[in-house]
Amino acid sequence: MSQGTYIKRHNRALQVYAVAFLIVLYVPVLFIPLFSFNDSVYVRFPLEGFTLQWYVELWSREPVWNALWNSVRVGAVVSVIATILGVVAARAITRYRMPGKTALVTFIMMPLVIPGIIFGVALLVLLSRMGVPLSLYTVGLGHLIFCLPFAVATLLPRFEGFDPSMEEASMDLGENGWWTFWRVTFPMVFPGVVASLLLTFTISFDEFIMAFFLTGTDPTLPMYIWGQLRFPQQFPSVLALSALILIASFVLVFVAQWIGRVGLDQNRETP
Amino acid sequence: MVDTPHPNRQAEAGAPPGRPSRLTAILHRSEALRGYLLMSPTLLIMTLGIVIPFLILLVMSSWSRDGFGFDTTPTINNYLRAWSEPVFGALLTRSFWISGVATVATVVLCYPMAYYVAFHVHRRKMLWIILMTLPFWTSYLLRVFAWKVILGYEGVINSGLMSLGFIEAPLEFLLYSKEAVIITLAHAWAAFAILPIYVSLEKIDRSLLEAATDLGDGPVRRFLRVTLPLSMPGVIAASFLIFIPTTGDYITPALLGGPDGAMIGNFIQLQFGPVNNWPMGATLAIVLMFWIAAVALAFLLLTRKLQERLT
Repeated sequence: MSQGTYIKRHNRALQVYAVAFLIVLYVPVLFIPLFSFNDSVYVRFPLEGFTLQWYVELWSREPVWNALWNSVRVGAVVSVIATILGVVAARAITRYRMPGKTALVTFIMMPLVIPGIIFGVALLVLLSRMGVPLSLYTVGLGHLIFCLPFAVATLLPRFEGFDPSMEEASMDLGENGWWTFWRVTFPMVFPGVVASLLLTFTISFDEFIMAFFLTGTDPTLPMYIWGQLRFPQQFPSVLALSALILIASFVLVFVAQWIGRVGLDQNRETP
Repeated sequence: MVDTPHPNRQAEAGAPPGRPSRLTAILHRSEALRGYLLMSPTLLIMTLGIVIPFLILLVMSSWSRDGFGFDTTPTINNYLRAWSEPVFGALLTRSFWISGVATVATVVLCYPMAYYVAFHVHRRKMLWIILMTLPFWTSYLLRVFAWKVILGYEGVINSGLMSLGFIEAPLEFLLYSKEAVIITLAHAWAAFAILPIYVSLEKIDRSLLEAATDLGDGPVRRFLRVTLPLSMPGVIAASFLIFIPTTGDYITPALLGGPDGAMIGNFIQLQFGPVNNWPMGATLAIVLMFWIAAVALAFLLLTRKLQERLT
């Protein structure tokens, strides 16, 4: 107790717990890449030996490439639209005083807490009553609803930390509203936009439950994996595919978080 | 340079009579209106994707199946069935039980972690936060799949223990059980617990802790009387963020639950898939929403009462 304040004191037990926590958080996921290099159809110990055969097999599989292409297309379109709508919403929320703002924000955040299956079936019922055939477009619509709260949540802190006097200065120096937005506002919130694009792309790319209800004949990558899980002999190649997806998502999200937060801290420290 | 332009700007804003259209004049004057207008595309999409589908779901829950089509005469038979047939009640109870246990486990396990980062990490805090939340962003399906690899009949645990000679035959209770679902859910939703708890801990004014120490509280008493009550908003938010979505989870019970661990989400999917009774599925979705809202409200009132008594 005598050594400095309470806050600065070291707590060995808590430190050990924290490290153990991180290990438990990561290890389960690491078994997927581990077994994807295992030279056996069975996913079990002891490991049989190193092989790249499951990756090679994956390479020559037409449906995998199709599913990948579907997922990338949906993810790209969804991330762009979600981010544009997110920018607009975040701008409106932070810039203008509106009655009922809290209610609107809660409304936008709703997909975060409502079980995905309910959204899935609700959209399915709507689309089928409207006679819209299920396709990648319907999957995209589902993903858009699901991604919007994440886009808004990523962009809001950007716009909140934004100094309005910058815009005012630009307006006073003769720029109109449109150019002020492009030359002052946008560059300042740009890191948030990149973070939002990457995050929403990853979410859409990995999303399963909406796609499960809304996919037509073209499967997304998670849907393809789901279909393969029924066949035990396909397990190793599914592991290889999953390992690749995991690595891609980890990299994308890490970059997104880094860009999204690094800039934010600088903004606060340098004014 | 920042302050001087202000009056000019206001002078400009106060001089729109020269503008041609009345609409732009109104828009210029009403801040709220401009805000709503700017938000309207987002709100339109959300309305289209949430409100309207829910209304249709509500309408459909009053229909009944008629061969391959629907009989659209309104009836409450589906709700009566959901109420009277014990399967539905049992599944709902089990779903709430599983999510409840998973929520409590996640919050309790994540609290020390959030506490550590909030109070004991001074450099590279951001890196810790990213590290803790990173797995959450990767495919939910694959994280659940990873647990199937671990808990499976020939999975990591069973085959590992067998090749080490600890057990003769695989432990069968690992996969396809309530426990498997609970473990997987707790692992998969950890980030949802860490973040809100961390934020509420980070907000605590450090001088309060020092005051408690100066006034003679030991570490345990100080934690129980200052830190814990002040971090309750984060704990409550975390509980909601985990409990509500997990009650309707589909993937985890489908991959790891087996017949004993099936939850209401699986049953809803069955109605829309193989059973092909959409009105019943719609009814179950509505009933699930209703119970989630009821449980959430009860929890909120309870914690509010508790907090009032504590303070």
